[in-house]
Amino acid sequence: MAASVVATELHKAYGSTVALGRVSFAVEPGELFGFVGPDGAGKTTLFRILVSLVVPDGGEARVDGLDPVRQYRELRRRLGYMPGRFSLYQDLSVEENLRFFATIFGTTIEAGYDLIREIYAQIEPFRDRRAGALSGGMKQKLALSCALVHRPKVLFLDEPTTGVDAVSRREFWDMLSRLRAEGITIVVSTPYMDEATRCDRVALIQEGSLLGVDTPAAIAASFDRPLLVVRTPRRLDALRVLRSYEHARSAWSFGEDLHYADTRDRVEPAEIARLLAGAGIPDAVVRPATAGIEDVFMDRMHGTAAPGAAA
Amino acid sequence: MRTIGILLQKEFRQIFRNRGMLPILFGMPFIQLMILAFAVTYEVRDTRVSLVDDDRSYVARLLVDRMEASGYFVVASRPASLALAAEDLHYARSRMILHVPRHFERDLRTGGTGRIQITLNAEDGAAAGVIQAYAMQVIASVNREIQADFVPVALPDFHGGLDVPAGSGTVAPAAGIRLVPRHWYNPALDYQTFMVPGILVLLVTMIGTFLSSMNVVREKEIGTIEQLNVTPIRKHEFLVAKLLPFWLIALVELAFGLVLAKVVFSVPMLGSLVLLFALAGVYLLVMLALGLWISTITETQQQAMFVAWFVMVIFIMMSGLFTPIDSMPDWAQALTRLNPVAYFIEIMRRVLLKGAGLADVRFHALALAAFATVLLTLAVRQYHKTTA
Repeated sequence: MAASVVATELHKAYGSTVALGRVSFAVEPGELFGFVGPDGAGKTTLFRILVSLVVPDGGEARVDGLDPVRQYRELRRRLGYMPGRFSLYQDLSVEENLRFFATIFGTTIEAGYDLIREIYAQIEPFRDRRAGALSGGMKQKLALSCALVHRPKVLFLDEPTTGVDAVSRREFWDMLSRLRAEGITIVVSTPYMDEATRCDRVALIQEGSLLGVDTPAAIAASFDRPLLVVRTPRRLDALRVLRSYEHARSAWSFGEDLHYADTRDRVEPAEIARLLAGAGIPDAVVRPATAGIEDVFMDRMHGTAAPGAAA
Repeated sequence: MRTIGILLQKEFRQIFRNRGMLPILFGMPFIQLMILAFAVTYEVRDTRVSLVDDDRSYVARLLVDRMEASGYFVVASRPASLALAAEDLHYARSRMILHVPRHFERDLRTGGTGRIQITLNAEDGAAAGVIQAYAMQVIASVNREIQADFVPVALPDFHGGLDVPAGSGTVAPAAGIRLVPRHWYNPALDYQTFMVPGILVLLVTMIGTFLSSMNVVREKEIGTIEQLNVTPIRKHEFLVAKLLPFWLIALVELAFGLVLAKVVFSVPMLGSLVLLFALAGVYLLVMLALGLWISTITETQQQAMFVAWFVMVIFIMMSGLFTPIDSMPDWAQALTRLNPVAYFIEIMRRVLLKGAGLADVRFHALALAAFATVLLTLAVRQYHKTTA
């Protein structure tokens, strides 16, 4: 089967700033495909090219077989797009917004209802409320309903969970999983590494370039060095000691913990504990760990150990 | 067409739901018309005069009586000398010095020419000019009055306090010739009759330019344009739906204003209202195009407001509403030929006050049509360029 979204050497620059540098990838039909990367990585530019809002400087794209530059009018009937910023009419009610977007696509709420039922049912009790008066989670559900009401073949969601609480985020990903079961191709971007595991495949993006495309498991497994988790109250001191260790590949701060990767094939936790104790940090707890996507991302982003870089 | 219908429905819903918008649409015009029409007048009444009467004669008293009776002058002080009178002028206790020198009446009777001196504070040059004109009128009428007694000519001799227009002395009409001014189309020289049609143009202009530019920019500012642009809505559908409501609202506003003009200000309406509305429709296309153009070069409603304000101030100041175009320097008069507001004010006055038909304002109508065509083309092209 032909791929649902194909990008070939897509390129876009704003002045001397390269927003997107020759990016290529393919998304299979029915796939839940995630772009993971920090703010400013080029995710939004990429999405805006794919949904026909921005013309690329170079390269080609196909979305559901259509060229976003030349066949944008046909394409716009077939895709759903939810921009990162809430983009519905705050002064129209929930129902008016949904009805508006349904009618400009030449359909009705009723015709698209079975697809959005599960999502819209949660905000339907507030159908007469102005969209501007909804909570963040409800706004997001309304936006998703509006992007889906015309039964798009491909759905683009640009950072849909940014600024949404943890419970709503989990609910949102559950909804995406169910939509995927309906056969809709979903392309989503997120700055949160933990959300990457909910995708079928993930592309790591940084400074306009892809650092790798694979399943979340394969990406995590690609971390080929031994990884240790270090817990100590004196994190900054420990980080400095670890980074200056001769066998250190990298050392990063991960929330409460430090993640330490060694350049050798094996490393004993006791060895690192001794190293820290020798440097005046005696109470560190060191244990082996399995690398996650975030470890891979940090590793690929900075190459080898980068003592000067921010933790 | 169906899409435009849906979009229009949405626009009207938003406009009438906007709590800030309704007062602007229907309160502001009413208030502006009421305040401006009553406040904006070129009349200067009750000018305070310092009288230095060194003659104390019959003619001098007659002159002062007539000046006060005109309603334009009040004798505020009678200083003993010109020096003291100058002090009054300096400390703003009076605005004008009237000096009747000794032997004024004797000179008038014997030599036929008496001289009086008027000194004006001309900080506000326009007002000083008006006061001077009033004084001339009174002097001229006194001249006529005393003609029966003796062959008279009172030659006023003007000196500006700060800056009086040069060459303002006037020779009174020779005996036997009477000048009877008659003001056609506005016989009572009623300022409201003259101002109200112009103010109505301002109202319609504000709605056409300010509100339309802000409304288009708002979609950009709030980000909704991002969502709209990935729908099958065509650009021209979007533009028609954005601009048509304000075109209609402005015409309704004009009707509302005309009713007020008739009922409150008794402005004569001699010409065809159908013609007036037809031309207003064309004029509004010009202003809407301007609003659209402003919206393409701005990102937020605030920026749009500033640019619209900048353009509007120039258009309005140079429209002939507050200052006659005839009194502007040549280069400024040439510029007003590019000012659509000036054309439409002219049309309003001619049609309402003079009963002009299409043939009488055909040049103005053609100019507006040309502006509309050029500006709309440019604005729409610019809009296409700035949005992907």
